[in-house]
Amino acid sequence: MSSSVAPVLQGLNRIILGKDEQLKLVLACLLARGHLLIEDIPGMGKTTLALALARVLGLHFQRVQFTSDLLPADILGVSVFETATSSFRFVPGAIFSQLVLADEINRASPKTQSALLEAMEERQVTAEGETRPLPQPFFVIATQNPAYQLGTFPLPESQLDRFLMRISLGYPSPDAERQLLLERERRDLLAEIEPALAPAQLIELQQRVREVRAAPALIDYILALVQRTRELPGLRQGLSPRAGLGLRRAAQAWAFIEGRSGVIPEDVQAVFAAVVNHRLITAAEREGAATSAAEILAQVAIP
Amino acid sequence: MSMSERGLNDYLPVATLLRMLAVLLLILAPHASHLPVWESALIVALLSWRGMAARRQWRMPPRILRAALVFAALGGVYASFGHVSGQTAGTALLCLMAALKLVELRERRDVMVMVFLMYFLLITHFFYSQEIWTAIYLLASCVAITALLIECQHLGALSPRQTLRKAGVMVAQALPLMLMMFILFPRIPGPLWGLPSDAGAAARSGLSDSMSPGDIAALIQSDAVAFRVRFEGAAPPPDQRYWRGPVFDHFDGRTWKHGWTPPRALSADAVRYEGAAVRYELTLEPTRMPWLLALDLPQARDLPPDSQLDDDGELLARHPVNERVRYTLTSYPHYLLEPELDVRERERLTSLPKGRDPRAVALARGWKAQGLSDPAIVATALQMIRRQNFVYTLRPPALGTDSIDEFLFDTRRGFCEHYSSSFTFLMRAAGIPARVVTGYLGGELNELGGYYIVSQSDAHAWSEVWYGGSWHRVDPTAAVAPERVERGLDAAIGSGEGLPAYLARRTAWRDAVKLRWDWLNARWNGLVLGYGPELQQRFLERFGLDDLRSMILALTVLLTTSMSIVGLLLLRRAAPARSADRALREWQRLQHRLAARGYVQRGDEGPRDFVARVLGERPDWRAPLQTAADLYLQTRYLQAPDAGLLTALQQAVRAARLPA
Repeated sequence: MSSSVAPVLQGLNRIILGKDEQLKLVLACLLARGHLLIEDIPGMGKTTLALALARVLGLHFQRVQFTSDLLPADILGVSVFETATSSFRFVPGAIFSQLVLADEINRASPKTQSALLEAMEERQVTAEGETRPLPQPFFVIATQNPAYQLGTFPLPESQLDRFLMRISLGYPSPDAERQLLLERERRDLLAEIEPALAPAQLIELQQRVREVRAAPALIDYILALVQRTRELPGLRQGLSPRAGLGLRRAAQAWAFIEGRSGVIPEDVQAVFAAVVNHRLITAAEREGAATSAAEILAQVAIP
Repeated sequence: MSMSERGLNDYLPVATLLRMLAVLLLILAPHASHLPVWESALIVALLSWRGMAARRQWRMPPRILRAALVFAALGGVYASFGHVSGQTAGTALLCLMAALKLVELRERRDVMVMVFLMYFLLITHFFYSQEIWTAIYLLASCVAITALLIECQHLGALSPRQTLRKAGVMVAQALPLMLMMFILFPRIPGPLWGLPSDAGAAARSGLSDSMSPGDIAALIQSDAVAFRVRFEGAAPPPDQRYWRGPVFDHFDGRTWKHGWTPPRALSADAVRYEGAAVRYELTLEPTRMPWLLALDLPQARDLPPDSQLDDDGELLARHPVNERVRYTLTSYPHYLLEPELDVRERERLTSLPKGRDPRAVALARGWKAQGLSDPAIVATALQMIRRQNFVYTLRPPALGTDSIDEFLFDTRRGFCEHYSSSFTFLMRAAGIPARVVTGYLGGELNELGGYYIVSQSDAHAWSEVWYGGSWHRVDPTAAVAPERVERGLDAAIGSGEGLPAYLARRTAWRDAVKLRWDWLNARWNGLVLGYGPELQQRFLERFGLDDLRSMILALTVLLTTSMSIVGLLLLRRAAPARSADRALREWQRLQHRLAARGYVQRGDEGPRDFVARVLGERPDWRAPLQTAADLYLQTRYLQAPDAGLLTALQQAVRAARLPA
């Protein structure tokens, strides 16, 4: 474990109990400069996770509850006329934060969804003819309820692709849940946690992740995996090159967290399901089946 | 479109069909020389009809018409040859049926049958010719057929040029196999199955079993090779290069023949060899005659197998020479033959047809009456030929009933058979035993190969007379045209005297090309066509393969080995090559060692996970395994390529002992 990220994980683990693997993935996603999609039923600790992350990393945090009447301007910001100065002043929206929690993103209209997603991709906001950069670091955690719930606008494939990872926290284990019930409220506990990193340090870590070595042999493995998804008859469409790049970045981040100077195949395997599951579209029109990533891994030999 | 509805066009588009016709034409064309004219015409008609039918979408003829055509073809071949089997008739039938098959190309199966029929037809050319050109032509045709086969199998997949290249590569790949089979497949002495009696039917020119005026002059017109000779040591001078062939001792007034006496072996005391011996190896082209040519006169003790030296000094094989033979002989240009002739022999060797050629008989008896000795009579006769204006020519005038008289006293123009015949006649008339010997004189040195080529144009006839306790060779042609002996035919014959066209056209350049070509042919004959049981045995003995069983064993082992290698190469191509990565190679070495202990790394199992799994079960292997695994991960994934790391990995893998 890399010494620079160990305190971060420790802090997170204190708040979110028994979810080491998912927390590592969240951290990897962050270090890889990717955005995260959490798919869970309500009450699984999504918001707590976002709060904990903001706290531990010392990030400025805002939460946007997505509803069907949410407008793009609510997220991006709006210019208001200020009578005192007789001029327009731009009031930044919620997105001008280092960590944005977009809660229940699939409840909003596609127009609003795409406003958020565009900002995520470009890391800047263009409103009323002016382009404003988003803060650094910039990290979006979007949560969505499972697609079968009523009153949702499922995210289109092209927009799902913009999330580096999708994870589910899932129910806690009985032990963890017992502890959860025994201890104080999680939100109260948050106040006691000291930031483990300054934002500048986080940016530096992100930079170091990019320098983690991805050897040609490993690139071959990623290629073989991507290629396999394009050949599988059960899939309506394989992984895009952006997905391949994301896979490499995520694996680099994972290797960095593990304290390695280069990526080994096991790193790719560790992040594979989180990176690809929401991008694989099965022929049966279902969004990524939970097992398919594991199946693909089992089918592709490490070169 | 369902499978059953697919038409011929799906298997054989028009362009492919036209190419098929072209290849078929290529393969059938050389057969035209020995097919009846009607058959060649019919085949061409069928081919053109098929081409037109494909272009203009004509319907195929009805079944009954096709059947009628087949029976008509059978009948036609029978009418032409008297049978439908055997080499010539069989080939003719096969050619015709191949052309007829075009009329019933209906399914994919027919197309394949056609292609394989072409391969078969191709082999039949070997019945007629086995020369270098034939081999080259066959190889080229084989490429063409293979290209057709590829095209039919992968319609439209490749351009014609690509197809041809692929076919060439495939035939080239088959060549080592062919060589292996050629060298190792056991050769069985004698034909494996009886070749039909008309095998090699092309008439061979060469010496015959009789000699009439004009025979040798006719033979001279051919520049075909009669035999090739390689001397051990220096070649004898030209005037001793008399190659002895058929000996004739019976004259009917026009034709010299072999007498009625059956040939007897020459008894050992009937010949005494003198002077230096000449040893040589002679390769005789097929003659269909039993005579084996030999330098006058071969040593009787050291003869080729199945041959004997008879009392006429002829070297006779037991069977006619139907294939090229090679034998080694020792000859003595100087010898004494048959020191004694008994009365009956004398009588036979001086007999002449009754009442013919009175003037010649009178002349010879006149010499005898003058009391001249036998050698003096020989000298007188030669003197006569030399002095009186005899002409050596290839265009002698025609002779009538008393051919000797007419030649000696009227025309005086003749070729060697006229001179030898008349001279022998005169000797017999004078009571001296004499006979005609035919054979070859001279030979041309091929400096490239260091051997002499004796052609049909070197054919010659001379006389032998008996006096003083031996036979003496007398060449009356030498009296009229001494250059013939010294410098060959073209030096002896004037340009107006009917010199054959090939000799008249001689130039230095032509000669050089011809000699080179002949040298190539000689190698081809010796190494390829001459690779029979004996040569095979001699060659394979060097590798310790001295019997049939070891030959077959070697063939099987070589075939299976080469096939396995090919198979492995194909498999390697199917699986991506891995060995390029040296770190991986080391890891694979370790993998093998672990697999032998029952720990197999799954394809999707990363090296770290694998080692962790193994160590979970075998903690005692931690020391050797962990180091190697760590180094492997370092070398292959974690660090930039580094020779030092690779060496360390190699050492670690080598040192990784796994205790039981």
